[in-house]
Formats: sequence, C-alpha cells, structure tokens
Amino acid sequence: MIETLLSLDYEPFILSFKLASLTTMILFILALPLSWYLSQTSSRIKPFIEALTALPIVLPPSVLGFYILVSLSQNSPIGAFFQNVFGIELMFSFSGLVVASCFYSLPFMVQPLQSGFESLNKNMLEASYISGKSRLETIFRVALPNIKPALLTALIVTFAHTVGEFGVVLMVGGSIDGETKVASVAIYEMVETMDYSMAHIYSLIMIVMSFTVLLSVYSFNKHHNKKFGL
Amino acid sequence: MIEINIEKKLHGSQSEMNLNVCLEIEEGSFVALSGESGSGKTTLLRILAGLESAKGFIKMGEEIWQEGDFVKETQKRQIGFVFQEYALFENMSVLQNLLFVSQDKELASHLLEITDLIQLKDRLPNTLSGGQKQRVSLCRAMMNRPKLLLMDEPLSALDMEMRNRLQKEILLLHKEFKTTTIFVSHDPSEMYKLAERVIVLNQGKIIKDGRVKEILRQTQGSQKFSFRGELLDIIQADVIFIAVVSIGQQIVEVVLDESEMKKFKVGDEVQVSTKAFAPTLSLV
Repeated sequence: MIETLLSLDYEPFILSFKLASLTTMILFILALPLSWYLSQTSSRIKPFIEALTALPIVLPPSVLGFYILVSLSQNSPIGAFFQNVFGIELMFSFSGLVVASCFYSLPFMVQPLQSGFESLNKNMLEASYISGKSRLETIFRVALPNIKPALLTALIVTFAHTVGEFGVVLMVGGSIDGETKVASVAIYEMVETMDYSMAHIYSLIMIVMSFTVLLSVYSFNKHHNKKFGL
Repeated sequence: MIEINIEKKLHGSQSEMNLNVCLEIEEGSFVALSGESGSGKTTLLRILAGLESAKGFIKMGEEIWQEGDFVKETQKRQIGFVFQEYALFENMSVLQNLLFVSQDKELASHLLEITDLIQLKDRLPNTLSGGQKQRVSLCRAMMNRPKLLLMDEPLSALDMEMRNRLQKEILLLHKEFKTTTIFVSHDPSEMYKLAERVIVLNQGKIIKDGRVKEILRQTQGSQKFSFRGELLDIIQADVIFIAVVSIGQQIVEVVLDESEMKKFKVGDEVQVSTKAFAPTLSLV
C-alpha cells in the first residue's frame, strides 16, 4: 500500500494545487474591491453585476469553457494582447487554465465576501471613518478582521472549487502532462482507459483531502462564532 | 461658533418631508436635540458628521465643512460620535478600540481611569455589558480630542442606574474637554441634567429652541405641579373611577367621576396637574 502511494505520479495533484493557489490569490485581489463595492452600493446596476458574477454557478462548464476558449484564442483581443505583450499563449497552457479558473470560481470568492461585508454593522464602519481612517484602512483593519469566517469560507471554497473543476479545465487546457493535466482530468483519463485501480486511489486521495479542508473550515467557524458570542 | 444651514428631502415614516435647519451653536456648549421619532434628529447628526449628504452650509469655527459643492470628508472633520448601539470594533480589545483612533496612550488610560474601565482594558467588546460598552464608545469618541461630539440617544438602551452613572461621566468629560456637544435624547431629566440648551425638531423643522429650563418646564399659569403620562387603565370602584397613569417610572392613581371618565380612553397621553401650595420634599 505504502509502496503504491510512494510510486504514484503526484504531478496532477501538484498541478491542481498550484492552479488552485494561484487562482485563489488572484481572485482575492480582484474580488475584494468588487465585493466591497457590491456590499456598500445601492446603485441600480448592482443586480446586473450580481447576476453576471453568479453566472458561472448556473452555466454548464461547456458554455463557459467554449467562450473562454474563444476569447483566449489568438484571434481575440485578449488572447492577442497576452501573446503580443507577455508572449504568453493562453490556449492549452497553464496560464490559460489560471485565467479560466478565475472566471469559473469568481462567484465563490465574491459571494461569501459580499455577504460578510453586508452583515457588518454599518455604524462600526462609520465609526472608523469618523476616527479619521480611510476606506482602505477600514477594510483591512475593521471589516476583514470582523468577517473572518466569511473570509475563510471564501478562500477555502474558491480553492476547493478550483481543485474540483473539470469541464472548463478540460475544454480550455486539454490534458497535457505537467502543463494542464490536473487531478480531475487525470482521473477522467484513467476511467477512460479502464485503469480503475489507479482511478480509485486518485479519487480517494481527492475525497480525503477535500473532506479535511471542509472540516477544518467548519470547525474554525464554529470556534470563531463561539468566541465572538454569535 | 458652529453655523448650520442645511436642507434635505427625507422619506419619513409617514410621508416625504423636508429637513430644514438653520442653527447657530456656541463653542463649548452642550445642546440637547429632542423631538418625536422620524423628525430628523439622527439625520441632522449624520449630516454634521459628514455621513449623509445634504444641501447647504456648515461652518465649524473658522473651518468650512460644507459650502456649495464642497463637502469636507468625515475623516477630516475631527469629531466624536457615540452611536445608540455602541458600534465598537468587535475584533479589538477595549484599549485597542481607543488606540485605533489615536496612538495617544496617555489619553487612553486617562479616559479609562475616569470611566472606571481600566481593569477591563484587555477585554473584547462582546464580553462587556451594555453600559460598559457605551462607556468604551464614549471614551473612543474622545480619543481624537473632537471639536464636536455627537451622541445619538447614547443612553436609551441602558437601565436607570447605568444612565445616571453615564450622565455623570458625560458631564465630567464635557467639563474637562470643553467639547461642543450635541446629543439626541427623549428623556427630560437627562436633558435637564446635561444640557444648557434644548432644540426640539418636528417634521424636519425647529419648533422650539431655548434654555433647558424654559423648554422643559410644563407647568403653566397658577398650576404648580404638572406631569405628562400615559393612561394605562381605568378601574371602576363603586360610583367613581380610578385612572391609572404612568409618569416616568412611576404609577399614580387619579380619581375621576363618570362624566370625566368618558373623555379618556386607555392609551391616551394625559397631563396630571394639581395646584400645590405647599409641596414638601423628603428623602427616600
């Protein structure tokens, strides 16, 4: 058993986690201003932005994958921009996967953060402004520390969701060893080639890891809520 | 001198109304703002804090806070604000709440000493009682040595004993820092104890403005005693009726005959008055 585990090819897992970590980091930076804006605004365009952000939840991955593919290709402005300015080919490459994952996982970062910010006592934020603190300082020193469970949920669920994505990754990245063949795609290929024993091992590893991650989030939130009397 | 001349359309509880306030307040004074709920008191406070927009002009001493399109940011107004529901930073200890405003450790411990909170300085806000939280909030508001202290019904969520205590502390701080203070209150005894001047708002307009004693004194003409209260019950006892009236924290009974009884119904706001030629005071 241990021998099998040691001799396993872990590259798909490493790739999955690399992809998930990068996506989570990039999305956090992008989603922070967006979710803050959505939580504070009462603008008429708010529902449109919210609906747009939530689209990846309801769309079939194939639809999302198709349009990402189209927009990342060298014939599109985005693809051409990356190709010409950075010399990065987005299609069937790891960079392309990162871009695709950012679209795919966006709602999982934005929604918890937004509802976290919305649950904050408005007067508390105003008290910070009155104390002379800028909006940015208020976000980092008052808002974020007071929504730790929502923050953790956003980060972990985005991470886990990216590890768990399949359809979009397959469409945009294909299955290139060490470049775009993430764990979920690797398992799919094993099943296709009827290598069921390896598929089992890979799948079980995924289940155990995902469960551990989710368990730690829920335990943290329970502990946190107790501490702050919620 | 603070000069205020502002106007804002409000969507009140009953209908749209215009908040229209023109006011001058002397520096260092303690002003109570009163009036029914929905009369625009809180909005006025929030406009002064720069938390809400309005048309008009606000000048604090030599400093223009608002004129034409220019609005000075909340952050730069150097004010203190005490919210009814405390609004403490939940992630910070009592001391950190104060130091967040300014790093002046000396002032922080001085304020905590005055308000008797020094032994609670490392506690998180959610472990404190309502009265303690409001004292922290008051100290926090004083931390940037505000030019103007605004308090929105700071004591209304607290019980009688805690109110009395905080009233004393507010007065103490006011005497020490000489901060111009505007506070919203419904409690006449509170206004009497703290304020020099009372302003009463109704439907967005000032309807009364004067020295606290003139505004709050309800007796007129030759009547010496007069109290406002709520009629809680009318009880029939043989041929007479007894009206049970709640005045402040007290319940009193007043005898009525049948013809008088018909004029009232339970829930009415009533005035109990009598000619008292020789009232006596005694300790309880």
